Amino acid sequence: MKKILLSALLLASFITAFAQQNAPVEMADEMRSSGKIYVVIATITIIFVGLAIYLFSIDRRLKKIEKDK
Amino acid sequence: MKIIYQTWWKVLAVLVILYTLIAGFLFDVPRLFILHETIRNVYFHVPMWIAMFTVFTISVIYSIMYLNTGKEKYDLVAVECVNTGTFFYVLGLCTGMMWAKFTWGAFWSSDPKQNSAAIAFLLYCAYAVLRNSIDEEQKRAKISAIYNIFAFPIMVVLIMILPRMTDSLHPGNGGNPAFGKLDMDNHMRVVLYPAFIAWATIAVWIASLRYRIRLIEYKRNEIN
Repeated sequence: MKKILLSALLLASFITAFAQQNAPVEMADEMRSSGKIYVVIATITIIFVGLAIYLFSIDRRLKKIEKDK
Repeated sequence: MKIIYQTWWKVLAVLVILYTLIAGFLFDVPRLFILHETIRNVYFHVPMWIAMFTVFTISVIYSIMYLNTGKEKYDLVAVECVNTGTFFYVLGLCTGMMWAKFTWGAFWSSDPKQNSAAIAFLLYCAYAVLRNSIDEEQKRAKISAIYNIFAFPIMVVLIMILPRMTDSLHPGNGGNPAFGKLDMDNHMRVVLYPAFIAWATIAVWIASLRYRIRLIEYKRNEIN
């Protein structure tokens, strides 16, 4: 009984495979409408701001060393 | 040369890149088969090459200035510009390979553009080898300056001209100009061109930092 149930369940899982539609050109519309793209933007912005601050701090340290000379 | 010690243009470049990061993901792009959302890579992959070209051009100018005047400082600028350019070269190659995997089907498909970019990369690796193999300072500076002046046009021919004369998967080859009137969507230009300028400026900034460090090292060696 268990085996039959399990195989039926596994077969049912295939139904989702047919749910795909032939959209003209796939774009990340869904992601943008649900607002999740902002998460990606926030992430790369944080990374870039971090790198920029890092560069500025190197710049400042160099200035200090140059002044000592 | 005083400008490399100023801050305003560095802040400006950072702000413009932040704009391209946000606008690059939010603004509309043309809907194209195969490319899909990866068309946004244009905003990040191409500026790496523009940054590379900018610092390599500066290094050639300083190599010529070194040969004219014999000032050691100019040689130091040229070296550090090449070093920074090579770094952006690697970034450009890696982002290109990543993009190629998902649009052309393989990281490396021996496309004319990819092959000649790899050859030109070796050209600049040879520059580093050449420099490190000469101990005498003036000789090193002179020979590497001459090599640099010759390497630059060969690199331009390899990357920009030769792939254009054959069929290539890369846009801008096989007779189609990648940034021509008909090939690039005008909405993309508002992000792409600021990205070019800003990333080129960032490359110049990094090169200037490396130059300043090298200058301190150079002065220290002089005293000893």
